[in-house]
Amino acid sequence: MILNQFLLLAAVLFCIGVYGVLARRNGIMVLMSVEIILNSVNINLVAFGAFRDNVAGEVFALFVIAVAAAEVGIGLAIVLLIYRNRRSIDLTEADLLKG
Amino acid sequence: MTPSGVLAASASGGDLFVAQNVFFGMIALVMVVSAIRCVTTRNVVHAALWLVLVLAGAAAQFILLGSEFVAVTQVLVYIGAIIVLFLFGIMLTKASMGDDDSVAGEKRLMASLVAVLLAVVMGIALIDSYSDTRVVIDEPQRFGAVSDAIFSQYIVAFEAVSVLLLAALIGAIVVARKE
Repeated sequence: MILNQFLLLAAVLFCIGVYGVLARRNGIMVLMSVEIILNSVNINLVAFGAFRDNVAGEVFALFVIAVAAAEVGIGLAIVLLIYRNRRSIDLTEADLLKG
Repeated sequence: MTPSGVLAASASGGDLFVAQNVFFGMIALVMVVSAIRCVTTRNVVHAALWLVLVLAGAAAQFILLGSEFVAVTQVLVYIGAIIVLFLFGIMLTKASMGDDDSVAGEKRLMASLVAVLLAVVMGIALIDSYSDTRVVIDEPQRFGAVSDAIFSQYIVAFEAVSVLLLAALIGAIVVARKE
């Protein structure tokens, strides 16, 4: 297999995730797009690990999965709090710090 | 590539991994289509279900790359836990259960512009750097090697991640708790 096919797939997924983060206004949808981004990074890490025959790629992919789990937990708690305070999770309305 | 290089590539590429490449193509297609559906669909629950397909495809790619442990962890943690968490989040914020038709037009245009630009830049860079680099997977990575690395070389990072997870979960409880 060619290394580039995995890297290009990861790049395409990364860009789709970036589109989701930028275009969606629903807080939960933004978190889902971040998950797509983190997954594309994981594919890159594992592909390079297989390419160099090194376990470091897999180890760091596992760390990324753990950090993603923590991020989703905190992120959903924050979205829930925003919903409870404002009855909406539209991120364009969460502009209290704008002054 | 020089003729000798071509010859060497074709000689060493006697194992062309045809089956792997076919499966890679199919899974990659499914992943890209479901990712696009996930970020464009109006229904948030459907988006979570499309995300399941993306995550399962990523797990399949990990198996193709010979690292089953990451694939199993992906299925357990992402599809088993994170998707359920997402669905709970969607159910708890009832306002978003239905259609999310609040995507502004000009925002979508700018976002797609940024995404396409990023894809072009990364694609050119990748094709430029790794156009004929091959991955040769002789045997799958053993669980033992991964766990050896985690518990010797990366033990500090491992402990830090455990504390981070604990802190994040306690923080999530504190943030989301009713007063």
